[in-house]
Amino acid sequence: MRETIALHSNLSKEAIPSTSLWSRFRSIRWRKSPLALVGGTLVLVVVTLALLAPLIAPHDPVKQSLSAALRPPFWQSGGDLTHPLGTDQFGRDVLSRMLYGARISLLIAVLAALCGAIVGVTLGLISGYYGGWVGALIMRLVDLNLAFPLILLALAIVAILGPSTRVLILVMTITAWMIYARVVRGVTLSLSTQEFVQSARISGASGARILVRHLLPNLMAPIVVIWTLEIARIILLESALSFLGLGVPPPTPTWGRMLAEGRGYLTLAGWISIFPGLAIMVTVLGINLLGDGIRDLLDPRMRKSL
Amino acid sequence: MASYIIRRLVTSIFVVVGVSAVVFCLTFLSGDPAVLMMPPNSTAEEIRAFREQQGYDDPILVQYARYMQRAVQGDFGDSIIHGQAALPLIVNRLPATLELTVASMILAICLAIPLGVFSALRRGTIFDLGGMLVALIGQSVPSFWLAIMMIYLFSVTWGLLPTSGRGGLTHLILPAIAIAVGLMALLTRLVRSTMLEVLGEDYIRTARAKGIREMLVVSRHALRNALIPLVTVIGLQFGYILGSAVVVETVFTWPGVGLFTIQAITNRDYPVVQASVFVLATAVVMINLIVDLVYGFLDPRIRVGTN
Repeated sequence: MRETIALHSNLSKEAIPSTSLWSRFRSIRWRKSPLALVGGTLVLVVVTLALLAPLIAPHDPVKQSLSAALRPPFWQSGGDLTHPLGTDQFGRDVLSRMLYGARISLLIAVLAALCGAIVGVTLGLISGYYGGWVGALIMRLVDLNLAFPLILLALAIVAILGPSTRVLILVMTITAWMIYARVVRGVTLSLSTQEFVQSARISGASGARILVRHLLPNLMAPIVVIWTLEIARIILLESALSFLGLGVPPPTPTWGRMLAEGRGYLTLAGWISIFPGLAIMVTVLGINLLGDGIRDLLDPRMRKSL
Repeated sequence: MASYIIRRLVTSIFVVVGVSAVVFCLTFLSGDPAVLMMPPNSTAEEIRAFREQQGYDDPILVQYARYMQRAVQGDFGDSIIHGQAALPLIVNRLPATLELTVASMILAICLAIPLGVFSALRRGTIFDLGGMLVALIGQSVPSFWLAIMMIYLFSVTWGLLPTSGRGGLTHLILPAIAIAVGLMALLTRLVRSTMLEVLGEDYIRTARAKGIREMLVVSRHALRNALIPLVTVIGLQFGYILGSAVVVETVFTWPGVGLFTIQAITNRDYPVVQASVFVLATAVVMINLIVDLVYGFLDPRIRVGTN
């Protein structure tokens, strides 16, 4: 990541503040990047399933039914289509729990990556544009935050504040702002010396106006790429916390806790922990493929730095 | 070079002081550290007594000064559960964690370099695309799930390897793989992209023009230069590897810092949690310092640039 800043300075030299991110996004030739297309499709499927969970889930995800406990998936003997992916030790439907679990994972990851972006981009802009001791202080904060094994810091904070969706979003934000701050600072540093920024300054635009109207639009491409990849990282971190018992508390189903609960039944009922693990993997893989694809297509020069 | 070392040392000290401040703040997050540390069923009287005994009624700056005074002596208070000083408890478990993380790093590096080089040399072929897809899958697998699945296959079903604990090499294999997969995926992609970049350099063309065998061009001229960024990234990833170790240790009941800390979190044993966060964060800072210094030696451009 250290080389990020250096590489970004040459990424931005040719940045032109004319085309909007959306038009560049639309101009992407998706067919040229099969992996990005696969990633995009996977993400679309997962998001749709998560949004439609209340409509398509065959059962109530938290309803226990001991008479239906440990039913195998439909393709195994003893299983049937009432519980397509089987049931867990409490007779809860695995498929329904996975669909609802997707909602909570995506909600936390998307919001936390967004909050991280707001904090990180703001601090990165300030640090890069104004520099001085404030800028240096912000960068030292980045160094400080990067020194912590993030999962341990997250675990400690969640344990102290008590697990809830809000606390988890907060904690994930704490682990997510640094990369934005670093990259945005790097690009801002080099953009600040460019003519369009200097002419804005000469024509009397305020610092805030220059930051928001002139610098921010040029930063959108790297920000979107980081946001995507951060969502993938946060899903993994959130599921690890949940696995360790410090995720969103029951009865809300989460992929991480489903895995933890199924652990004891591995030989007897492997499906309880196999499917949620696959769900995490497929979702994260899809987002990573999409993020990598967007990065290469929007700006190939970003390739090495993100 | 001397000024470079001094500057890096000062930055590292700043970060360690910052780490200790964050660790201090942790217990105040909940508002009242006494309530946090006492068992949930304590009476108000017991909590008040504990608060007074620990000095939680003093102004926060006084408490911070007292905390720092103890912290520089390595005193983070006693473990509530074990009744011993918290720091030695953590330090005693550090070798197990280091054994695991170092083994995973070696494994990841040994696999990533040949894979990355091979992908770069066969750029655009089915091997390259397949290799990169496998790397991306490796980066997307949750380490704890991989750990559970490997236990199921190799230990439970086939009975080849032990399911948990620390012992000889056989105990090390599964947890090391579980941690190494994510890192390996990342490093493979990095080696590939830096190799591609280096192979396009003028000095590679020169080497080839001189008639040096392709083997030697790749290994002596290209690979050596491509490995420099690898050193930095490994340093920066150390915190991430320690993080994976925390989770994987719990799956394999590996008796390291991670498992111990998770148990401390469950038992509300906050002095141990504080000591652990401090020790691991300091370890990351030290590793990064060492990496930066090694980097300075490896790449003369760095130290000249800073002077």
